[in-house]
Amino acid sequence: MIEKTEPGRKRLEFYYWMRLTRALDERMVALWKQGRGVGGTFSQRGHEGISVGAGLALGPQDVVAPMHRDLGTFLVRGVTPRRVFASLLGRATGVTGGRDTNLHGMGDLSLGIIGFISHLPHSVPVALGAAMSFRYRGEPRAALSFTGDGGSSSGLFHETLNMASLYDAPWVLVVENNLYAYSTPVQEHTRIVDIARRADAYGIPGVVVDGNDVEAVHAVVGEALERARRGGGPTLVEAKTMRMLGHAIHDGAEYVPPGLLAEWEARDPIARFEEKLLAEGVAALAEIEEIGRRCDAEIEEAVAWAEASPWPDPGTVAERVYAP
Amino acid sequence: MRGTGPDADFFGLSGVEEADGSREMTYLAAIGEALREEMLRDPDVLLIGEDIGNDFGGAFKVTRGLAAEFGPKRVMNTPLAELGFTGMASGMALMGLRPVVEMQFADFITSAFDSIVQFAATNHYRWGSPVPMVIRAPSDGGLRSGPFHSQNPEAWFVHAPGLKVVAPATPADAKGLLVAAIRDDNPVVYFESKPLYRSLRGWVPAGDHVVPLGVARLARSGKDISIVTYGAVLHQALAAAERLAAEGIECDVLDLRTLKPLDEEAILTSARRCGKVLVVHAANRMAGVGAEVAALVAEKAFEWLDAPVQRLCGLDTPVPFSPPLEDAYRPDAHKIAVAARALAAY
Repeated sequence: MIEKTEPGRKRLEFYYWMRLTRALDERMVALWKQGRGVGGTFSQRGHEGISVGAGLALGPQDVVAPMHRDLGTFLVRGVTPRRVFASLLGRATGVTGGRDTNLHGMGDLSLGIIGFISHLPHSVPVALGAAMSFRYRGEPRAALSFTGDGGSSSGLFHETLNMASLYDAPWVLVVENNLYAYSTPVQEHTRIVDIARRADAYGIPGVVVDGNDVEAVHAVVGEALERARRGGGPTLVEAKTMRMLGHAIHDGAEYVPPGLLAEWEARDPIARFEEKLLAEGVAALAEIEEIGRRCDAEIEEAVAWAEASPWPDPGTVAERVYAP
Repeated sequence: MRGTGPDADFFGLSGVEEADGSREMTYLAAIGEALREEMLRDPDVLLIGEDIGNDFGGAFKVTRGLAAEFGPKRVMNTPLAELGFTGMASGMALMGLRPVVEMQFADFITSAFDSIVQFAATNHYRWGSPVPMVIRAPSDGGLRSGPFHSQNPEAWFVHAPGLKVVAPATPADAKGLLVAAIRDDNPVVYFESKPLYRSLRGWVPAGDHVVPLGVARLARSGKDISIVTYGAVLHQALAAAERLAAEGIECDVLDLRTLKPLDEEAILTSARRCGKVLVVHAANRMAGVGAEVAALVAEKAFEWLDAPVQRLCGLDTPVPFSPPLEDAYRPDAHKIAVAARALAAY
């Protein structure tokens, strides 16, 4: 056991959340392969550095609109693995009570989370609206939203960046460039190499960050959020990564060249960070292993809890269409 | 303050006030008054839209005076980005504000369709957080404005679970339904009628005038034919009913006022009393609100019917521009009277 400094503790916290995200993801994929899943689902593999790094950069009063690769953000904001599995399995105890699919719609404003819809760029203006409500009420809060490289080619992405810039909104957008929009490689849907450069068109800062470096993501998003809270306006962050499995669980992603996957496997955000922690003497191997065991146990318990949870009552299907 | 000074004429306020405090004003002034009073009452109410800043007042000047009174924070001018600013409004609504979004024309609401029907409409069902917002959509034609400034797209929104849809036909309802829509915790699409803006004046009750959503109004009472309608063509239906009365045909004229949720009881009561139903709307016919009304009557009032339910609607074409074409497209008092006579003779 190595004695911990404050920064050391913080770094182990990053590590814990990434391991928990990975453990949940691997368990989820296994469940689906065993036929115990419900509907489709989306692997998080490769995105842990972004979702955890950006999620931990949020302040307690900030609001975030994560997407389907941001399990880490949901977890660090306080959605428990139990509730995540119950959501994935369509149970009454899930965040949406079985009304929305996998991580979709997993909103909980008491945790500062806006639920997303499948039309991914649509969370982008909604989070801008949250940011504008903070401005309206003079509160020092910021809103963070995510989209993918695919979403960045939509008109709505541009409409929203333009408005965020125009209104000087306390808002940060992270584009998770994982090189593929479903089967389409990024270079086949845009000529732009760095999506962050689109910020130039709207007169706001655009920053490229290594999405597989959790600390770098945390630093860049943290700085952008802090600037936003101080009234310094919006930022576009492009976090570069690679989607390590298919678009969704059904997708074998045979269209991805194996060499590309091997190249990114060597940059795995968790393995890389682990090596760093060991090399820099932040933690001993036994501690790292202990964190892994803790995460696995937490996930096992969550799966059991979710599978034992009741299904929603079909008699309630028509309830909640309207707010009372 | 609005309603006094040089703007009074512009807004069509007569300045006359009855002993009970009700005032005569145009349909347009009634909408403006609802917005202003709700903004005064609740600091969370704000306006979002194109050309509403700098006190331009929007394309139809409905909000003129409000930017000057409330400032740019509460009267937010936007770029030409209906999808983006409607999505932004949803986010503001999630955080507890009550944005009222103005579409410049109802025809442009399609640019914001995803934001309304996919995000705002489904949110409460999916994860339980209300989205209290109103989308004002200046609709309807007869103004020789062609395919993209004359539409009645209400059926698309009536079909979307989670929305409420209203279509006022009088100044009193224009005010009272807008107040109710702003106070409702759900997304409400408010179709205001362009042809009525300045052509129609009426009495608006004093004080806190709220018309509850989901309640139709029997605008005229008869016993022979039930004319079920809404929006500007209500007045064509009333004119037709007047002519028909002289011929001995007495009509109910039911103004739906809210298209979703539909006031089924009011429709069925009128259908059962008259035994013959004519549904009239300016929107085109195919899968329109009239189809829903006809299905409802067929399902629940069949034994009372003495004739098949008839529909008189806009044609299933884009809304044409040239006067003879647009007149051929739209229902009017003459066409309503012809259809009602045929139904009476059935």
